[in-house]
Amino acid sequence: MKLIQISIFLENKKGRLLEVCSLLGENKINLRALTVAESDNFGVLRLVVDKPQEATTILKAKGFVANLTEIVAVEVPDKPGGLAEVLRILSKHNINVEYMYGFLERASTRALLVFRFDNPDTAIEVLKANKIRVVGQKDMRAL
Amino acid sequence: MIWNEKMECMKPEELKNIQSERLRSLVAYIHKNSPAYAAKLDAFGISPKDIKTIDDIKKLPFTVKDDLRDSYPFGLFSRQIKDISEIHVSSGTTGNPTVVGYTKDDLKLWAEVMARVLCCAGAVPGDMIQVAYGYGLFTGGLGFHYGALEMGLSVIPASSGQTKRQLKIMQDFKPRILGCTPSYALYMAEEAKSIGIKPRDASWKIGIFGAEPWSEGMRKALESTYDMIATDVYGLSEIIGPGVAQECQHKNGLHLFSDVFYPEVIDPKTGTEVKEGSKGELVITTLTKQGLPLIRYRTRDIVAIKYEKCKCGRTSPRISKISGRTDDMIIVRGINVFPSQIEHVLLGIEGTQPHYQLVVDRKVGDLDELEVLVEVEEKIFSDEIKKLRGLEEKIKKEIESILGVLVKVRLVEPRTIERSEGKAKRVIDKRVL
Repeated sequence: MKLIQISIFLENKKGRLLEVCSLLGENKINLRALTVAESDNFGVLRLVVDKPQEATTILKAKGFVANLTEIVAVEVPDKPGGLAEVLRILSKHNINVEYMYGFLERASTRALLVFRFDNPDTAIEVLKANKIRVVGQKDMRAL
Repeated sequence: MIWNEKMECMKPEELKNIQSERLRSLVAYIHKNSPAYAAKLDAFGISPKDIKTIDDIKKLPFTVKDDLRDSYPFGLFSRQIKDISEIHVSSGTTGNPTVVGYTKDDLKLWAEVMARVLCCAGAVPGDMIQVAYGYGLFTGGLGFHYGALEMGLSVIPASSGQTKRQLKIMQDFKPRILGCTPSYALYMAEEAKSIGIKPRDASWKIGIFGAEPWSEGMRKALESTYDMIATDVYGLSEIIGPGVAQECQHKNGLHLFSDVFYPEVIDPKTGTEVKEGSKGELVITTLTKQGLPLIRYRTRDIVAIKYEKCKCGRTSPRISKISGRTDDMIIVRGINVFPSQIEHVLLGIEGTQPHYQLVVDRKVGDLDELEVLVEVEEKIFSDEIKKLRGLEEKIKKEIESILGVLVKVRLVEPRTIERSEGKAKRVIDKRVL
């Protein structure tokens, strides 16, 4: 039920994000979600794509430092308080969210969010037990 | 005023006789008292009786920094440690630091040559000096201190740092002489302006600046910022600390006290002497030291030397300002930094051969800045920013604790550090020295 996220080290330099995106585009790799976390001089680009292994191989061949992280995509009710409800459940079970971001989703009534947990397996169990839908790789392809 | 007119203005032939006599005694003394040196001389096939005049110095082997490091701490000393009065230490590269020791007589020599330095810069007995070189294991502070006491100055042992207090001392006590690194002097000027003190109103009329290389451009900046004459002092702890050479008021080369520190300027590749006035590596023999006398010590500093008499009356040879190094050492805020020290730290953290680069810069009116660029390898990369920042912080702390100088650390993408023939360029010095 876990998804694979690619994290890429980028210096804060003009055109670096463009280079990554062009590279993926040229290789027909589709972006599902992305976010950039930044520090003073560098940033970490985090991506969810349809073909993570292939994308990583391509990026590394071009000299990027990249690694793979397991993340959890959660379907959050698209209504006021929807996210709060999910977070409340996680908090109650002492599950820490390292970071989270949203999917680049097509028109739909669902809101899909990506969560990075220290322990994704426990998080998935808790979420499922509380009837929160966790999206797997299969559902991803359907997106 | 010339502190030791007899020695500093001696006729060349007379000086040569003294140097010859001192070299003969030195080689005999070292051979007798330092087993490590004796072995080195024996291995080189040289016996003390082969040394008759100063020109025979060319028969002797060179001494390099590694000889000192390999015999850490006291192996190269010619005296037992109980006869050593004072010990100074400079930071090591990857392994051992360099340790130097002074007997009571060596301290007298240090005071003597530093008194010569101070007089050469224009000090007269009764002047007050603010010594803003670091006191402690670094030789700068205490060297100036001993010389100032010897020649009858009032000494303010301010040591380095605490800039506001330095400025208050200057305003209230009105010392005429300032000793510190040239970049610290410019830094103090900026601080002074920020608290409403005009640097040109400062009491300092003579600056004795050293412990890092600096240029004529920097002299102009110092002399126009302050109402002072800015002079250059040269020295290194292995020889004595500050007190090897000093500019007089004509500012036309640094007078090297060759009756006690015999200079040669050589081609660093062949080891043979270069023509007078040509650039080469400065090599020094300590003719009269007892604790840690050194024969033909390779300073790695590049200078040119000239022997003509100076307008000030001194006959001592004069060396040009240091124009470079024959190794990759850089001096940042008076501290010697070798790239290998940084490599050692990174190796410990990453566990693999690191790719890194040191960038040194000096903005106008500011202190030197050392930035360490480190290429991010997969091994140390994390998707979490806080871990990457933690890594930056860890590298910074470890480097700072080894070097004793503040650094900035910046993580960069792989292959961003320029490599030539597979070898990375380790140091980029952007300072206008």
